[in-house]
Amino acid sequence: MTKPNMTLVDNTKTKAHEEAAGSFQRSPRFMNGEGFNSTFKWLSICSAMFILVILGGFFVSLTMGAWPAISKFGLSFIWTSTWNPVTEQFGALPAIAGTLITSGIAIVLAVPLAFAIAIYITQLAPRWLRHPLGIAIELLAAIPSIIYGMWGLFFFAPVFAEYVQEPVINAFENVPFLSSIFAGPAIGIGMATAGIVLAIMILPFIAAVMRDVIDTVPKRLKESGYAVGATDWEVTRAIIIPHCKTAMTGAIFLGLGRALGETMAVTFIVGNANRITGAIFAPGNTIASTIANEFQEAYTEIHSSSLIALGLLLFIITFIVLAIARLMLNRISS
Amino acid sequence: MNAVVKRRQFANIIARMLIVAATLLVLAFLVWICSVLLYQGFSAFKPSLFTEMTPPPGESGGLANAIMGSFLLVAAAMLVATPVGLLAGTYLNEYGKGTLLATIVRFVNDVLLAKPSILAGLFIYEILVAPMGGFSGWAGSAALAIIAIPVVVRTTEDMLNLVPNSMREAAYALGASRSKVILSVSYRAARVGMTTGILLSVARIAGETAPLLFTALNNQFWSTDMSSSMANLPVMIFQFAMNPYPDWQALAWAGALLITLTILVLSIISRVVLRSATAQH
Repeated sequence: MTKPNMTLVDNTKTKAHEEAAGSFQRSPRFMNGEGFNSTFKWLSICSAMFILVILGGFFVSLTMGAWPAISKFGLSFIWTSTWNPVTEQFGALPAIAGTLITSGIAIVLAVPLAFAIAIYITQLAPRWLRHPLGIAIELLAAIPSIIYGMWGLFFFAPVFAEYVQEPVINAFENVPFLSSIFAGPAIGIGMATAGIVLAIMILPFIAAVMRDVIDTVPKRLKESGYAVGATDWEVTRAIIIPHCKTAMTGAIFLGLGRALGETMAVTFIVGNANRITGAIFAPGNTIASTIANEFQEAYTEIHSSSLIALGLLLFIITFIVLAIARLMLNRISS
Repeated sequence: MNAVVKRRQFANIIARMLIVAATLLVLAFLVWICSVLLYQGFSAFKPSLFTEMTPPPGESGGLANAIMGSFLLVAAAMLVATPVGLLAGTYLNEYGKGTLLATIVRFVNDVLLAKPSILAGLFIYEILVAPMGGFSGWAGSAALAIIAIPVVVRTTEDMLNLVPNSMREAAYALGASRSKVILSVSYRAARVGMTTGILLSVARIAGETAPLLFTALNNQFWSTDMSSSMANLPVMIFQFAMNPYPDWQALAWAGALLITLTILVLSIISRVVLRSATAQH
C-alpha cells in the first residue's frame, strides 16, 4: 500500500516550489513591506483569539440570559421536576432526565455496533470493499439530523410501535419490575424511539472515528499476534482493544456529546412531554428539544430565561463531555 | 485437533459472524433511511420547486424563496467564516506552533467543533436578535458562521501541517519574510486542502436547522433582505414536516432531498479534489 500522505508531500513540494519561485516576482508591492508582515501576523493572532472569544461569548451570554431564572430558582432549578409556563414554575429535571435516558439508550446501542463496523472495515472486509465502505460511513455521518428525525417520525415510529413496543409491553405486563420500565402507550414516539434514532445517527460518526483510531495500531503488533497463531478475534481482543482503549473511549464521549445536544432528530420523535416517568416508551423531553419547541412561544421573561438556563446547563454538560473526549483522543496522536 | 484450538476457532467464528451481522444490520437501517429520502424526495420533485414560493396550507407551491434564503445565509456566513478560519488555522500551524496560546486555541476549537448547534442559535439570539429586537438573516448567518469557523480552522491547520518545513526554509534562505513564506509557499502548497475545508464547512452548515430557529426564523415570501426574518430550507422543512397537510409534507421531503444531495455533492467533490491533488504527478 502506498501512503497517500507521503505522495502529497512529495508532489506538492515540486509543484509548489516552481510556483513559489514564480510568485516572488508576481506578488503586489504592498505585500513586501515590513508593515504587511506584522499586520498579517496580528490578523492571525486576532483570528485565533476570536476562537476563545466565541467560547467565552457562549458562556457569558448564556449566563446573562439565564440570570433571571438563576436568581429566581437558584440551584434548585436543576432538581425541580415541575415545568409549567402557566404558573411560571420551571425546573430542569424532566429535561435533564430525558436527555440522559435518550443519550444513554443511544450510546448503549451505538457503541457495540460502531465498534463492529470499525473492526469490519479495518480488519475483516475484503480489501476492495474497505475504502468504499469507509467513505459511505463518512458520507452518512454528514446527512443532516433533520432527515433522521423525519424518517423516525413517519417511517420508523409506526413500525416500532407495531412490531416492538406492543409485543414487549405485552410480554412484560405481569413481570413486577420490568412492567413499569417497558410501559407506556404503544404510539411509536417516545424516549426509546428517540434513543434508537439517535443511535443510528451517531453510529456512522463514532464508527468513522473508531476506524481512524484502529488504523493507528502498528502493523507489526498485529502481525506478531498472527505470527504466534492468534485468530482475528484474539488479535482484536488482545492487541487492538488494549492499544486503542483510551482513544476509543474518547470516540464514545465524542458520540455522547453529539447525542446529548442533538436537537432536530429528537424533537420530531421524543413526544415533548415535560414529565418524568421510568417508562422508556413514554413520551418525554430533552434539554435541546424543550428549547427548540418552546423558545419561540416563550412570552414571559422568566420562561425564555429558564429555557436559556437549560441551554447553559447543556453548554456545561457538553463542554465537560467533549473536553474529556478530546483529552482521550489527543493522547494517541501525540 | 485438540479441544483448546477448537474452542478458539469457534469463538473466532462466532465473533466474526456477530461483527458481520452488526455491520449488515446498520447498513440495512441506513439503506432504509436513504431509500425513504430518495423515494419521498423524488416523488415530490418538480421543476416548479425552483420557481414558486412556499405555499399557504392546502395549496401547491415551490421552494424558490427558501432555496434563495438558504443560499444567502450560507454565503454570508462563509464570507466571515473563511477569512477568520483560514487566519486562525494559519496562526495555529505557522506562528503559534508549540506555544501555550496555540495549544489552548486548538483545544477550544476542537470542543467548539462538536458543540450542539442549538447553542449557537441561543448565543446569537442573546447577542444579536434580542438587542436588535427582531429575527434577521444576518443573525442566522452569524449563527452559521460560528459553526463553520471551527471546521475551517481544523482543516487549514491539518493541511498546512502537511507542507514540508524544508520548503519554508528554502524560502527563508532566499530572504523572504514570514508573511511572504506563508502566502507564497505554505498557502500555495496547501491550497487544495484548504479549499476542501471550506467546502466541508459549507456542507456542515447547509443542513443546520436548530441554530436558525431563533435567528433567521422563516418567511413565507420572497425576500433578499438580510435584516429581516428570512426563508430557509431547514426551518421550512421542520415546519412543513410537522404539519398534517400532504402538500406541505411533500415539499418538506423535496427540500430534505435537495439539502442532502447538495451536502453529498459537496462532500464528494471535496474528496475527489483532495484525492486528485494528492495523486497527480
